[in-house]
Amino acid sequence: MKAFTQHEGLVAPLDRPNVDTDAIIPKQFLKAISKTGYGPFLFDDWRYTDGGGMPGQDCSNRPLNEDFVLNRPRYQGASVLLARDNFGCGSSREHAAWALADYGFRCVIAPSFADIFHGNAVSNGILPVTLDADIVERLFQECFAEDGYRLTVDLQARTISTPSGEQIPFQVEEGIRHRLLNGLDDIGITLQSADAIRAYEQKRMREKPWLYATES
Amino acid sequence: MGKTLYDRLWDDHTVQRNDDGTVLLYIDRHLVHEVTSPQAFEGLRLADREPWRKESILAVPDHNVPTFMRHTIEDPISRMQLETLDSNVAHFGLREFTLHDSRQGIVHVIGPEQGFTQPGVTIVCGDSHTATHGALAALGFGIGTSDVEHVLATQTLLMKKSKNMRVTVDGKLGKGVGAKDIILAVIGKIGTAGGTGYTIEYAGEAIRELSVEGRMTICNMSIEAGARAGLVAVDDKTIEYLRDKPMAPKGEQWDQAVRYWRTLVSDPDAVFDKEVELRAEDIQPQVSWGTSPEMVVPVAASVPDPQQEADPVRRQAMDQALSYMDLKPGTPMAEIPLDKIFIGSCTNSRIEDLRVVAEIVKGRKVAPTIKEAIVVPGSGLVRLQAEKEGLDKIFIEAGFEWREPGCSMCLGMNPDKLGAGERCASTSNRNFEGRQGAGGRTHLASPAMAAAAAIHGHFVDVSQLQ
Repeated sequence: MKAFTQHEGLVAPLDRPNVDTDAIIPKQFLKAISKTGYGPFLFDDWRYTDGGGMPGQDCSNRPLNEDFVLNRPRYQGASVLLARDNFGCGSSREHAAWALADYGFRCVIAPSFADIFHGNAVSNGILPVTLDADIVERLFQECFAEDGYRLTVDLQARTISTPSGEQIPFQVEEGIRHRLLNGLDDIGITLQSADAIRAYEQKRMREKPWLYATES
Repeated sequence: MGKTLYDRLWDDHTVQRNDDGTVLLYIDRHLVHEVTSPQAFEGLRLADREPWRKESILAVPDHNVPTFMRHTIEDPISRMQLETLDSNVAHFGLREFTLHDSRQGIVHVIGPEQGFTQPGVTIVCGDSHTATHGALAALGFGIGTSDVEHVLATQTLLMKKSKNMRVTVDGKLGKGVGAKDIILAVIGKIGTAGGTGYTIEYAGEAIRELSVEGRMTICNMSIEAGARAGLVAVDDKTIEYLRDKPMAPKGEQWDQAVRYWRTLVSDPDAVFDKEVELRAEDIQPQVSWGTSPEMVVPVAASVPDPQQEADPVRRQAMDQALSYMDLKPGTPMAEIPLDKIFIGSCTNSRIEDLRVVAEIVKGRKVAPTIKEAIVVPGSGLVRLQAEKEGLDKIFIEAGFEWREPGCSMCLGMNPDKLGAGERCASTSNRNFEGRQGAGGRTHLASPAMAAAAAIHGHFVDVSQLQ
């Protein structure tokens, strides 16, 4: 995975709860067989007014929904997404994380995340930061109030710094932090335990042989 | 302190405990479909890795599969994704139920149907509705594509244990009320994030009374309550369901397996981190009105008023949902005219769902205002069984289209879709914006409710039907 140590970037506020992965990347883009190229289709139904794009389409001339947050001039180049409760709920599609990463987001801040999305984000070097709802609300207000509002997210120090110099601490599971800081290859790490997996499997075959019987 | 069923399954699959509190969890079974696997197989190839245990994998195409004229797939991108699954299966020497196989169907229908899903196993799939398999006391949960690759390569996942929640539904369900109404009522009560971080065990008299298929409907939508996994303890119905399934254990191994399966219950003194209780008698037929599964009301109720909601974030979400759904507060749910009817999906496409629909539509006609009404069986075997029982003729005579198995209109990755502004009574699981087609409007309901809505052109309270 891509390493994440510290990131400073422009913040875009996505002011609605329960943003689902269907909204993050609609179903027609799931037909692709690559991991890249989803950025132009991020939030496709909200971002464009043509009723939905097609995979591989050139988006440069599609009609934009001017009201959608990512289309506003002040949020161009945003790399930190400020979101509400239960961000990434619904489908397990990792395409949602691929689309966010491909667009340029490195961090999503929300009061809560759906479990599967949370894991998918980490697998793609996107840091999900969970903060209390009242702190997130305050960040929303600051972001609305100040053009060019930027945050610095420091995973090493586990803090977010605001333009006024305030340092907001956040919690992150140590395993996730370690993996992100070092950009580790999860499969490579697990395969270091291959002997333990084999030993477990041999024992399981003896104790529950029916699980390993090949059906006729 | 006693163990919950989830504790038991978790401990039994723990290969290694790490210092940071995570666990390397062994995965027994892996279902693979065409949408979330191509990048995982590509990852294996790039790293020159092989699947750890090929026998643990069953592949099946479902999301992109057309439900009529299925062998002429016009969309070249869909066709390429299906061909990619076939070629990955061939390359790695795996097992697949292809489009030409009568056992093909929706991944979460065929797993239990074949006995591939068994009590006590861990089963994963790159699909959030893998929670379905918990109805057989299997620990099933959805994973992203990176994790699909991880399971292919290592037969394990690095995971942190969830907390335990028990949802108890005691009492007896009223007439016309079924499994779908229970789970929609649960989601309405705890919210779409209420189960985040938990594994939910469903218990109580009303759950015990359900068939295994009904329990699948409940476990299936655990993810709509935020929980990755749902479970129901083993009982006689579980064991009877598995008897004679093609991939279930045979002979002496069957007896050995059943002895183990009987232990797959929560201890009486097990402690759950969170308990939720509902009375079955209080549950009425449910219909969703908004764009999140928690936005659900009894069919006899009206569209709620955002002005009554105190929380500003929730009020804004309600306003957005009503705008998308083109609904006004106070409109009785039963007065909303419908355009399309979809009976199918991994939530409600099993034989008993189709029997319920047939009973309601037999000798009647789909309302002329309904543009399209389709019944999509969950698998080729469900389709054959329905035809053996003559259900297909009942559907066709009533004006439904009888289709071939696949995910169909649940998510619009195939030709079955809603057009912009079209309103659908759907037995599927998600009413998100654009889920069934860009601009489409979804009302989630049970098979009985969707069937009755087809006849009337709008929702009716099936608990009041004669």
